[in-house]
Amino acid sequence: MGGYRLKNGGLINRDKPVSFSFNGRKLNGFEGDSIAAALLANNVQQVGRSFKYHRLRGVMSAGPEEGGALFNVNDGAKRIANVKGTMAELRPQMQVYAQNAYPGIRFDIGAINSLFAPFLSAGFYYKTFMGPMRSTSFWMFCERFIRKAAGLGTASREPDPDSYDIAYGFCDVLVVGAGPSGLHAAAELAEQGRKVILVEQDFEAGGSYLSSGRPEDLALRDQLIRRLKTAGGQLMLRSTAFGLYDGLVTGVIERLTDHITDPDPHCPREITHILHPRHVVLATGASERGLAFGNNDRPGVMLAGALRSYACRYGVMAGGSAVLATCHDGTYEDAIMLAGLGMEITLIDARNRKSRQYQAASAAGITVLNGKVPVNVAGSSAVAGIEVADIDEKGVVDKVTTLIGCEVVGISGGYSPVIHLPSHRGIKPRWEASIQAFVTGQTSENIHVIGAADGVFEASACIDHARQLCAKMMGKKPKKQIRRGIPGGQRPLFEIQIEGRKLKSFIDPQHDVTSEDIRQAHREGFVSVEHMKRYTTLGMATDQGRVGNILGLAVMAQAQGLAVGSSGVTTFRPPFTPVSIGALAARERGADWRPVRRTPMHYEHLAAGAVMTDAGAWKRAWYYPKQGETIDDAYIREAATTRQNVAMVDVSTLGKIAVQGPDATEFLNRIYVNPFAKLAIGKARYGIMLRDDGMVLDDGTTWRLAEDDYFMTTTTAQAAPVMQFLEELLQRRWTDLKVHISSVTDQWAGMAVAGPYAREVLSAQFPSEGWSDAAFPFMGVREITFAQEGRDIICRVARISFSGERAFEIYVSADKGAALWSSLASHIKEGGGCLYGMEALGALRIEKGHVTAAELDGRVTLEDAGFGKMASKTKPFIGSVLRQRPHLIFENRPQLVGIFPKDRTGRFSAGAILCHPDQVSGFGEGWVTAVTHSPALGHWIGLGFISGGAEAWQNKTVMVADPVRDNFVEAEIVSPHMFDPQGGRQHG
Amino acid sequence: MLRIDCPFCGPRNHDEFTYLEDGSVKMPALANSNKNAWYEAVFLRENPRGAHIEDWHHTQGCRMVLRVKRDTLTHKITSVVPAHPEYKKMLASRDKPVRPSGKKSAGARAK
Repeated sequence: MGGYRLKNGGLINRDKPVSFSFNGRKLNGFEGDSIAAALLANNVQQVGRSFKYHRLRGVMSAGPEEGGALFNVNDGAKRIANVKGTMAELRPQMQVYAQNAYPGIRFDIGAINSLFAPFLSAGFYYKTFMGPMRSTSFWMFCERFIRKAAGLGTASREPDPDSYDIAYGFCDVLVVGAGPSGLHAAAELAEQGRKVILVEQDFEAGGSYLSSGRPEDLALRDQLIRRLKTAGGQLMLRSTAFGLYDGLVTGVIERLTDHITDPDPHCPREITHILHPRHVVLATGASERGLAFGNNDRPGVMLAGALRSYACRYGVMAGGSAVLATCHDGTYEDAIMLAGLGMEITLIDARNRKSRQYQAASAAGITVLNGKVPVNVAGSSAVAGIEVADIDEKGVVDKVTTLIGCEVVGISGGYSPVIHLPSHRGIKPRWEASIQAFVTGQTSENIHVIGAADGVFEASACIDHARQLCAKMMGKKPKKQIRRGIPGGQRPLFEIQIEGRKLKSFIDPQHDVTSEDIRQAHREGFVSVEHMKRYTTLGMATDQGRVGNILGLAVMAQAQGLAVGSSGVTTFRPPFTPVSIGALAARERGADWRPVRRTPMHYEHLAAGAVMTDAGAWKRAWYYPKQGETIDDAYIREAATTRQNVAMVDVSTLGKIAVQGPDATEFLNRIYVNPFAKLAIGKARYGIMLRDDGMVLDDGTTWRLAEDDYFMTTTTAQAAPVMQFLEELLQRRWTDLKVHISSVTDQWAGMAVAGPYAREVLSAQFPSEGWSDAAFPFMGVREITFAQEGRDIICRVARISFSGERAFEIYVSADKGAALWSSLASHIKEGGGCLYGMEALGALRIEKGHVTAAELDGRVTLEDAGFGKMASKTKPFIGSVLRQRPHLIFENRPQLVGIFPKDRTGRFSAGAILCHPDQVSGFGEGWVTAVTHSPALGHWIGLGFISGGAEAWQNKTVMVADPVRDNFVEAEIVSPHMFDPQGGRQHG
Repeated sequence: MLRIDCPFCGPRNHDEFTYLEDGSVKMPALANSNKNAWYEAVFLRENPRGAHIEDWHHTQGCRMVLRVKRDTLTHKITSVVPAHPEYKKMLASRDKPVRPSGKKSAGARAK
């Protein structure tokens, strides 16, 4: 007979048929189906192959504990792997593919693995690749075959075309799980005036109400949802609470479009909600767990409760006849419901006494056999029947088995509360004998576990539990004891073994872990739960061991001769169910990964044809090519023009800090290595600061504008760290200093005009000012006020030079930057000058041996960078003590040098290693930090560090080794000041 | 995610803050030239299991350095105050504002 759809019933919308494909085959289902329900309705029993042995897999459950029905969904870039068919909503034109089966489910090459099963047992990889065959090359040879054979779905290799978002939310109470307990708690708390958010991972609220088959339950559900919403509560469907974090911050993933065929392109596929609740109520329910017996992974073996879910919620019968194997009363109700819908049922109960439900079951036409357990499933690709045997009071199973023919087998070993979220908070679970499972232990946090999640399985007790929690939160004392467990009790039952018979009993069907693997772990000494988990991989699949964890612990406990539950349980960690990486990244990807910073002259650069480059978050002009110019042509022309005529560069990205207050001078004197106490008003000084450990932090110029007012500049790269360090010093260490600092980087646009004719440009721009060397000497600072559109504009000018030419740095209010830039640019153009970008700036500073972040990488001392003489001997400063550590004043430390290729036509790259010519190996003697073609010298030059510095390498040859680019060039070491070492050009 | 209750801005997610360092470490005076004293203050840290005093910088907020008492085992934060003693005093007596220097504010004088 096989699986079929009932003529009526279920929560599906029979007016909306849905066509979809499975492995390319067209099938039909209804709106409201899960993928698994629709496959069962079409009598598709084999839905995939297992992870290791490639055994056939069928649908095993109806929830997140699924270990069989895992699919690849969609084609191309939108393909998603490991989709749980029991959770995913069916939608029109959905393309569903089986996983881990090549070329097809029925004939699968990997299934040959099961013949090698004795070799592929627990610890196979460690023993093979860390044992006698240990070598990297052997692993690398085998890896590609193993990777192809093992594993589950395959992710798309294309960029994810979907968008995701992140949202923050706040509430008084977050209720997780919209089953009977959660709905009652949420509705009552909302009516008491709490701000309540109720999240449910399913696409329908109701939990066990959905599969009860009782219309009155659905009516109650609808009423509770109405009460919740009327009272202002919020219900979020398709939303999984995947992690519970510090301060009860809860991560919730909401799936918005996977169930829609043509979603609004602007709608994100998923939203990550970061919720901040005051209280968390966990009504996460319980997972039914299976039993370990022979071939219990055959397609057609399912959890008993899942058979009922498919029948009552989806109107799908998984088969015409079933054997239900149980050890408690819960399954009787499932059996009666299924029998009423036309399934032929034999119920075998491990308990020897007759259940209170026996009469009702018999009356429903069910054959009930007491004191019997399932032993082995008959049939190879599907269930043909099941061997059952007698079990005595002590748990000994008779060797004589009877075969009962059936199409499906429903099993139940009891229910395990879902305790993953409290486990995320580090709350240790406690073994509860009455339900043979773990429940959440004590916690001082505002986490409340109710209903089946706390082992309360009776529907009316769940409602009492929810009400009692609401009363407790209102400050009332609990009235009565809530009873845990299944009414009628249960017999502890985990694995069925028969003496002298080898059964292939699966504990974790998703990872192909058998009871024999657990016993092997025991024999080899991996007995603690954490060791067993890692050795066998039990519970490490996407279901996190929901079905198999307790079974595995029970098998191990039996092997050790201990009581089940005495071993504790492994810690569950987020996420509760798999979460898309895209949803965690949300908007922070591509161009939105971080904010873009543009200088006030950004659009002037674009208009001038600049090619832009990234410098941290900044966009900077790289070079300004003329028609047909390459980058090399352009920067060499720009640098040469600067040296011969005049040019301008945008320096707005430099960090700028206003340092103000009566103790500003003292403050600067403490943070810079060189003296700042006597800097005159209207003068700038180049300064270097160290970290506490004596390494160089940053360099830059600081301008004294008034007695108590300084304008500090930092490098672009270190602007933020320097600001933070200065704030830290003033707030933690030197709390008596009266200094105020503020970052003014974004307030000032900066531009440097450099070259022999810089003076002419400035005097054309500001004709009323004096620009002679006497009127405006080197390191001089002045403020210029000019009128624009009837307003006075102030700009700050300093005669400082990074290029080594006569140069002026001009700062103006950011909103006036573009106008001043354009005006200066037109004066420069008139005189035959040009604009220059980062590349030419680099060439000019390398020629001069001026350092930047490439050299000051945090591992460099003052002496290494050639600034040893700048350090004051008369005052203490930050880093002045620890810079004297023996290893930092060691003579042979690598020091800043210039590098010329011996053959002046040669060239080399930054990052190359400087080696002794007859020992080109290892770490070498130093490294290259920056290179450029020098227009002034007419050949390639570099900056770098080498042991002992330039003096130690006089008249010697070094090898610039670049094995990555296969470039080896002989070079000579020179002073880092390769052009105009006396500085005549900038001073003149 | 930690929530730090900034005394200036209110409770905020910890990703607005930068962890600076152990707040119980006292740096030597600048004039102290004892290498060992600096070495200990800069490099040596306790790694306690339990109560820990730490300084956090509210980088994406008020940019104040805050002294946080946090349990490294439970992540529970029991106190957040400004690291600067004068600001701490000022917040403790919000009704009578004082300047960081300790003098009464201009506003208070005018009364």
